[in-house]
Amino acid sequence: MKRTFSYKLSIFIFLLPALILFLGILIAPIVMSVIYSLNDFKAISGADMNFVGLKNYIELFSPQLVNEKGALYTNVNYMGDALVNSLILGFFSVFIQLPIALSIALKLSKGIRGERAYLSIFFMPVLISTVIIGRLWMNIYETNGLLNSALDALGIKNQVFSWISARITSTKMPFQGGWTGYKETALFAAFIPILWQYVGYHMLLMYAGIKGVPMDLLEAAQLDGCTEGQVNRHIVIPYIKPILKVCVIFAVTGSLKSFDLIYTLMKDTRRAELPSTLMYKLTFLNNRYGLGSAIAVVLIILCFAFAMLISLAFRDKGEKVS
Amino acid sequence: MNDQRKFKPSLILVHALLIILVVINLFPLYWMMTFSLKDNDEIFGGYLKDSEGKVILDENGEKITVERNMIGLPRTWRWNNYPRALNTGNMGRYFLNSLIVSASAIIITLIAAFMATYAMTRLVWKGRKLMNKFFMLGLTIPIHAALVPVFMILSRMKLLDTYVALIIPYAAFSLSMGILISIGFMGDIPYDLDEAAFLDGCGVWGIFFRVIVPLMMPATATVGIYAFLQCWNELLFATIFVSKGMYMTLPVGVQQLFGQYTTDWGPIGAALAIATIPTMIVYALLSKRIQAGFIAGAVKG
Repeated sequence: MKRTFSYKLSIFIFLLPALILFLGILIAPIVMSVIYSLNDFKAISGADMNFVGLKNYIELFSPQLVNEKGALYTNVNYMGDALVNSLILGFFSVFIQLPIALSIALKLSKGIRGERAYLSIFFMPVLISTVIIGRLWMNIYETNGLLNSALDALGIKNQVFSWISARITSTKMPFQGGWTGYKETALFAAFIPILWQYVGYHMLLMYAGIKGVPMDLLEAAQLDGCTEGQVNRHIVIPYIKPILKVCVIFAVTGSLKSFDLIYTLMKDTRRAELPSTLMYKLTFLNNRYGLGSAIAVVLIILCFAFAMLISLAFRDKGEKVS
Repeated sequence: MNDQRKFKPSLILVHALLIILVVINLFPLYWMMTFSLKDNDEIFGGYLKDSEGKVILDENGEKITVERNMIGLPRTWRWNNYPRALNTGNMGRYFLNSLIVSASAIIITLIAAFMATYAMTRLVWKGRKLMNKFFMLGLTIPIHAALVPVFMILSRMKLLDTYVALIIPYAAFSLSMGILISIGFMGDIPYDLDEAAFLDGCGVWGIFFRVIVPLMMPATATVGIYAFLQCWNELLFATIFVSKGMYMTLPVGVQQLFGQYTTDWGPIGAALAIATIPTMIVYALLSKRIQAGFIAGAVKG
């Protein structure tokens, strides 16, 4: 085909809708977020914007976040806390959720009876809105909710409560049964529904990957007398490494970005603050647009940094093996 | 072979474990359905009441105690929790809004993704590989990046509290995955077809509309399902860009409803069920395609 002017124009027109969306909603806002994060302003129009340099970032990472009415959050570095919380969630996801998902996927993909039915049921929670899951779990964790009723029925409620009370240091009050109301229990309480919802997602990806392992490779290994465990370790898992990489990236960046569940599960997100919930509060409840943008910039950088680090980690291991 | 398998004790153990997992997976939903049909007196223990909430007395004029029934099937099936949730919560409206927003976003995503993919894979020009890499950045950019700037732009353009406020951002954030999936599907279309169409006198537009688009129907389903689930359950944008009930989508609407029924579990359960059941029906009908959509996105990434 000739590369005439009309050909070039066609290329441009074909790209135009995607470019407008992409530049307008993703790329330009990143640049704008960076600029906003260097300014202080409380008007949504940005009319009172004034340049403050890195002041927002310093405020974000110092042990006090102050709003115009004085100290809203005192003596605690909420952003530091939020980052640690999201990294703990990411750690749990990678080292608890993914191994569970992998072991189910390995079992299911070996052609077990009812494999499709199991797969479909395990994947189902992924499709349910997190708002619904959050509210459902709220009813489980409430003072008179399902969990405490179950502990009561088992006759171990008092023992469990006093065991937890002994370990709570954030408040002098004894544990009363509100699982999302204490710093020590809230984050773990939030992890359980996340595990419940997304284990099936990772399992499905890994299952699809394992189904892609060439049959002759597996048959050859079996002829050589490899056990199931050996086949998994030496053939299947190395083969699906690219998918494992994707799962780890999703688990870690997903934890950094996580918002929906904590927002619905808890009336007071401060017990398990995450960067997104903090950003939501500072930006849209306190009108600190510059400060909120600083959180956005930190999140963008962290998401890209973790995605690159994880890719690098997976590549290094692959090179050592070969 | 099959018979041998059946009698392996280790296989029975595996099935037992899998069935325990199935129970863990389904129990919260079963529980939701049961408490959506109860009232608080039955869930926590109390006195028997009629559907209006009046205490029912027995023939001696005594209140009838109800034992706590937290996880069992309802003793009285209180279906009127459902109309209560529907009427107070305006669920039908939220449902329609979600449908409008998701469908529009999907259509825009599909058009933009197919056109861009065509330009980057079938047309020859310098920098098309680079452009592709550029679009793939979108897979990692968190939606928080857009939150404040897009909020400010929408407010300046007086577009907050409209469908557009959600449709355009949703389409933009589904675009990268849409392109990624489309590249896979478009790569499977033989290039001979382009050449044949070219010899028949088709230009780049003719090839696109007459050859590529008709053959991209499987991609339409996969991209569409992926984008649909992204939009249907999205909460952060929906909470911030829309605050009027008129335009609220289902997740925000359901969230609102909880504010009105903080302690009444029955209507809350009913609202949760109303929001969940349609998704489950669609999943039951299309489970394989839906799973394929999620796999396509991740495996090709």
